[in-house]
Amino acid sequence: MVYLTRKIEFSASHLYHNPAMSAEENRRIFGKCNNPHGHGHNYVLEVTVAGEPDKKTGMVIDLQELKGILQKEVIERMDHRFLNYEVAELQGKIPTTETVAITIWNLLAPRISGARLHRVRLYETPDLFVDCFGEAL
Amino acid sequence: MKVHLTRRYHFSASHRLYSTELSEEENRKLYGKCANPYGHGHNYAVEVTVAGAVEPATGMVANLAELDGFVAREVVEPFDHKYLNEEVDEFRVAVPTTENLCREIYRRLKGFPTARLAGVRIEETAANSFEYRGETREVQ
Repeated sequence: MVYLTRKIEFSASHLYHNPAMSAEENRRIFGKCNNPHGHGHNYVLEVTVAGEPDKKTGMVIDLQELKGILQKEVIERMDHRFLNYEVAELQGKIPTTETVAITIWNLLAPRISGARLHRVRLYETPDLFVDCFGEAL
Repeated sequence: MKVHLTRRYHFSASHRLYSTELSEEENRKLYGKCANPYGHGHNYAVEVTVAGAVEPATGMVANLAELDGFVAREVVEPFDHKYLNEEVDEFRVAVPTTENLCREIYRRLKGFPTARLAGVRIEETAANSFEYRGETREVQ
């Protein structure tokens, strides 16, 4: 089995707020991430696919194809957007790194063919990242 | 769906690799300049991974402010700008290699109350890193 990782970056803004909770509770749980106008990050996304290299091409996946999928599913959807308001898949959710990573997994998994999506790693900052392997609980 | 959240922390500390079970000559041979008598230091980076389900009300597997506070109290404050051999009880006995440091930090963080500790990875330098995931889990 060979694992291939492609890295992309996107920049987006978000805020954490649960309308079911009081203003004080939102402030206590989410801290400055609850600031009403939001704030932004340079996200770094590493997508790893696993498979046996194809006998004819020597490739686990065609990188051009993978780049196209990442462009369409992630960059066009999330880059320079306010995640809470402009990304349909995140409507009504709290766009934490955990939630965004799972959302990206769910967008990519059905699009990868020939190889298997192994891991989505999303960095919100160099000191905070989330890994999603599509594991059930 | 299960997710693994990793937070990176930093501390700077000194240590000396020297085993009381070995002779001076054996220590020198095994640990080289790491056995120099007054010790030396590193900027350690510690990656702490917790795993579990995302809580729908918060979107979180663990509240970062809680995790940061716990790691600060259990690891960063007791280790930062210290001489590990003398100022951390465990290393008065065990040799403070980064292997042992991984296990000690894992032991200190295992009790984190709101998410399961999945692993500890330490970079001693940009070239050397070590990872411990408890006794049963493989590194992914």
